[in-house]
Amino acid sequence: MQRVEGEIKQKAHELLKSGVVSSVLAWKKGDLVYDAAPAFFKSPNALEDMVYNGFCCSNLSKYLIEKDSENEKVLVFLKPCDTYSLNQLLSNHRVIKDKIYAVGIGCDGKIDIEKLRAKGVKGILEIEEDGESLKIQTLYGDETCVRRDILLEKCLNCKGKDHMVYDELIGSELSEETALGDKFSQVDELEKMSSDDRFEFWRCELSKCIRCNACRNVCPSCTCRKCVFDNPHSGVNAKVNVTDFEENMFHIIRAFHVAGRCSDCGECTRVCPQGIPLQLLNRKFIKDINNFYGDFQAGETVESRSPLFDYNFEDIEPNVISKGRGIN
Amino acid sequence: MLKLPVSKMDELFSLINSERTLYMPLEKNSEICFDKWSSDASIRLDKLNTVKSPKDFFFPASENIAAFKTKGKEIIMDDIRSEIEPFALFGVRACDAESFNLLDLIFLNDKDFVDTFYESRRQNGIIITTACNEPEETCFCNVFNIDAANPGGDISTWIIDDTLYWNSLTKKGSGLTEKIKKMFEQADESEIADHQAKISGVINKLPFKDLSLDGFTGEALIEKFSSNQWEEICHTCLSCGTCTFICPTCHCYDIQDFDTGKEIHRIKCWDSCMYYDFTLMAHGNPRTSLLERFRQRYMHKLVYFPENNDGAYACVGCGRCVQKCPISMNIVKVAKALKYEGMK
Ligand code: SF4
Ligand code: SF4
Ligand code: SF4
Ligand code: SF4
Repeated sequence: MQRVEGEIKQKAHELLKSGVVSSVLAWKKGDLVYDAAPAFFKSPNALEDMVYNGFCCSNLSKYLIEKDSENEKVLVFLKPCDTYSLNQLLSNHRVIKDKIYAVGIGCDGKIDIEKLRAKGVKGILEIEEDGESLKIQTLYGDETCVRRDILLEKCLNCKGKDHMVYDELIGSELSEETALGDKFSQVDELEKMSSDDRFEFWRCELSKCIRCNACRNVCPSCTCRKCVFDNPHSGVNAKVNVTDFEENMFHIIRAFHVAGRCSDCGECTRVCPQGIPLQLLNRKFIKDINNFYGDFQAGETVESRSPLFDYNFEDIEPNVISKGRGIN
Repeated sequence: MLKLPVSKMDELFSLINSERTLYMPLEKNSEICFDKWSSDASIRLDKLNTVKSPKDFFFPASENIAAFKTKGKEIIMDDIRSEIEPFALFGVRACDAESFNLLDLIFLNDKDFVDTFYESRRQNGIIITTACNEPEETCFCNVFNIDAANPGGDISTWIIDDTLYWNSLTKKGSGLTEKIKKMFEQADESEIADHQAKISGVINKLPFKDLSLDGFTGEALIEKFSSNQWEEICHTCLSCGTCTFICPTCHCYDIQDFDTGKEIHRIKCWDSCMYYDFTLMAHGNPRTSLLERFRQRYMHKLVYFPENNDGAYACVGCGRCVQKCPISMNIVKVAKALKYEGMK
């Protein structure tokens, strides 16, 4: 992806200089090898710090929201999965296409530094991406690791390497397939549990939640100007679990609210500091929607209407569910 | 100084636990956090920093400070304060131990406004620290004169190969040591010197060890406050609460009334300056933009706090924000960005 980095910098330079765009949304080099941050670049000189490597995980599409209120055009670089989110935002009229110039870029999967730490690797100083293997220099000696073993959850369930929306492509031919198999397999496992076990599973996971709202704030489908949880009169607290069911409530409502709009971009799972497998909630909804209304992938096209926003006479009515039976 | 073979640690924990409830980093539901010790718990003393700092033992994320109901025109107040049981925290790192001293400045220092909830927890808690054998690349405690090889608290410990070394630092610490002394052998400080030197050697190689906070003083308030760097560094911040909630030194709180349906609970809960309703008042919010809220967090830590507390920064260099911010923004990047402008 070294080559892509060079080419996207060049593209950014060209479009900034010619005035086609007034800012560039990409990733900026950090202090450590893995801490590239999403950033806006406003001048050609600033582009020196731009990077594109295995740690550019963030989905930049959410930052495009309400750019229409500013009198500028933004150049944005999007990985294949990020383009589903952009489409979703376009179809919800939260982003105006004329205000952006989208360049689709190649991707061979992004690395989850937490997975590397979980393997017991400490004091990470340098990571050299060498094809399928990673050479890691640490304060305590050198290590190697297979790249695939520490890819982000979202990359293991990659939707494919095609960009759904773009003005131009760079390095998409360099993309490499990373998906490992059936993205619903974990959901299947959960469905097989008894409802009491499943309830217990979610109670354990969600009790870890610290209500930091990172999952909500990073989500490109959470785009309400004011979230219901931020309403002091809603009777639920946005910043703390006042009762021991509040964090459960928050997640249930959030999952329902993004159902049909969630493209499974995986950002919520990536950012959760507590490692809660939030993707399972979203994928359960995706699976059910597929079963009830036929396969649907949010963000695949701008025109597609989410089955949950659409109504036709053939729709099934999956509203009668007795406790403990669940719907499969 | 005392010592004990590591193989006897379980026995030691059980003995401490019979004196007072013992908490330490445990792995539960694939999360490592300070939790109640039990003989079959999965102890994770190898983990340097728990995601959540142990500050909630003294300053809980949410706490009921009063309850009341109405009966006709009468308001009935319940005193819901419960006795705090004596407890001990084992395996606290040097940075987190220092964070409690900083919280003391907020909750205890002003004699007219002592937070008695916090005070009783502090009085009932004993902090047993453990030296960091393998600091992480994100650690920069040394910047705040905290020594990971020589941690503070009431009792410090070192785990070196098969031996646990134990040294009481305060009266509270000696009190506990006295009760469990029979388990230990005498040791000499010289026995841990090599190990301490090894830790210092690692600290000397940490990427952020030379982070400079020169110029972050009250006098520079206006300069830092009006820096044109803020806009750029806050631009992609998600305004989430991760950095504030995992930080051991963040101490802002909110007081809210919560209707349980039966009565009203007045709760004191952690607040985050990154949240839009931080310090929301009847007239609105004094900080209406993301930039202002973001700036508040770092100005508080690096300028206002030292100005009000004899130069002490409200950061202990634990590196949690470096590890966990979803967009990889953190106090190191902020300090560098603002420093840069100062030099121009
Ligand atoms: S990111 Fe994780 S800890 Fe934060 S609110 Fe979401 S689920 Fe809870
Ligand atoms: S700095 Fe990072 S952790 Fe803090 S509010 Fe912003 S995005 Fe969240
Ligand atoms: S600001 Fe960051 S490094 Fe400093 S104490 Fe808080 S979490 Fe730790
Ligand atoms: S910051 Fe220092 S004291 Fe804290 S965990 Fe790292 S090395 Fe230990």
